[in-house]
Amino acid sequence: MAARQVADSAVKLADKVGRWTITTVEEVGNGGFLIAESLYWLFMGRRLKQPVRLGAIVIQMMEVGIKAVPIIAMLGGTIGAMLAIQSIYMLRIFGAESQVTYGVAFSVVREFAPLITGILIAGRSGSALAARLGTMKISQEIDALKVMGINPVRFLVVPSLVAMVVMVPALTLFNMFVGLTCAGLYINADLGISMAAYFDQTIDILSLDDLLHGVGKSVLFALLVGIIGVINGASVTGGAEGVGKVTTRSVVQSISAIIVADMLFAFMATR
Amino acid sequence: MADLPRKVIEVENLVTHYGSRKILDGVSMSVNEGEVMVIMGGSGSGKSTLLRYLMALEHQTSGTIKLLGQDIDTLSQKEMFDLRKKVGVAFQGGALFSSMTVGENIMLPLYEHADLDTMTMEIMARMKLEVVDLAGFEDLMPAELSGGMIKRAAFARAVVMDPKLLFCDEPSAGLDPAVASALDDLILKLRDAMSMTVVVVTHELESAFKIADRVTVLDRGKILFIGTIDELRGSGNDRIQNLLNRRPEDDTIDPDEYLRRLTGEEETVGDATL
Repeated sequence: MAARQVADSAVKLADKVGRWTITTVEEVGNGGFLIAESLYWLFMGRRLKQPVRLGAIVIQMMEVGIKAVPIIAMLGGTIGAMLAIQSIYMLRIFGAESQVTYGVAFSVVREFAPLITGILIAGRSGSALAARLGTMKISQEIDALKVMGINPVRFLVVPSLVAMVVMVPALTLFNMFVGLTCAGLYINADLGISMAAYFDQTIDILSLDDLLHGVGKSVLFALLVGIIGVINGASVTGGAEGVGKVTTRSVVQSISAIIVADMLFAFMATR
Repeated sequence: MADLPRKVIEVENLVTHYGSRKILDGVSMSVNEGEVMVIMGGSGSGKSTLLRYLMALEHQTSGTIKLLGQDIDTLSQKEMFDLRKKVGVAFQGGALFSSMTVGENIMLPLYEHADLDTMTMEIMARMKLEVVDLAGFEDLMPAELSGGMIKRAAFARAVVMDPKLLFCDEPSAGLDPAVASALDDLILKLRDAMSMTVVVVTHELESAFKIADRVTVLDRGKILFIGTIDELRGSGNDRIQNLLNRRPEDDTIDPDEYLRRLTGEEETVGDATL
């Protein structure tokens, strides 16, 4: 009897692992297909007399980018100042506080600005995208688009993806500027280094590669957040509860994907 | 010899599955040009599923569906795109885009498919709103409309491209009798004014009797009856009489089958119970 229970449990576990594997592979495949389909509509839509509307992209850019400026400014500034505080505290042990600019500049530009921007966009825009598409699917709005001869990927997905790919790097650059500025203000107050000297040193330290490293990562994060939001929104089942589930799932998956991708990107870029 | 009516919809031996469960089992039917065909059946009979396949929203397991003379399985993307412009759909819940005003909802198909200036599109949208008695409501958001008004707006959007074929999914569901009757009148008005063929899925008997030229009755995924209202009323089939007289089905299950279902020893596949 006990042996049979163990065997049943093993079968159930294998079944769960198998289903999870199939679902994961399917979702990754869907993501690849979605990118390909989005590129198709972006470049071929006009030829097929079904262009991606610039107006729709601008609306999404406002939602994803412009409306996120205040919160990016607050988070970027806070993290810049926090990095300056921690770096000075640590470097003081070695009597090397004057070298604080090195730590802050590299950390903000290569790591914190793209990471924090990506996480914020995952929580703000990725979840909104998943919820919007999920709600539209449940209320048959996606079906309505299809029967009107309007491709939902062209009409809904491409404007959001383009807006994210354009606005997330822009927000990342803004985040870098605000973060470095706030770090500089703290350093100025604590160590008496002037802002001019601080920015001169920062510009000397940073190379174009460092900037591209941060901005490049943000493009990858934007794609991840967009694709994960769309796949989750499109996979909704059930009613309002289903929308809530896919929204939460979208945020968790996006943030996890961003952090894993960040580590892989950093590893590959520093080889 | 009189000309045979032109068939706008032809369905041949349609079989569909949901997972391993068969939903539609060998459905064959046709709809003639200019008629109102009502598809009826109890819950789980497959009528809404049939409508989704007629709207080309799903791919069937086997069988063929021809809309306006074209086999929808063999159409290229562009041909399907052109066919879609000739078909209008009024969904059960309206399916109006909640982020757009009523007017923008109605203009959307024109904006996407017609090469017209904004003022012309606005005029056309207002004309359709007049037809459905919603003139002056174009600037409201869908959330500001009542259930009946949402359905009317959905009709206006469905016919804004002057389609040859109109599908309506449960147009009177959830509405009070007066509003439901007004929507039935609207369907007949649209059919007569715009020479459309209309396919209506409903389980409302009164509505079906009022608008149908012919009725298709589905039962457990199969066609049980196709004919006029008079023929339907005169049918001697017990299941049809149960449907017309609102009598619940006698679904007595064989005890052995019941036991098998409970123990899960044998999966029952075949009967379409959604």
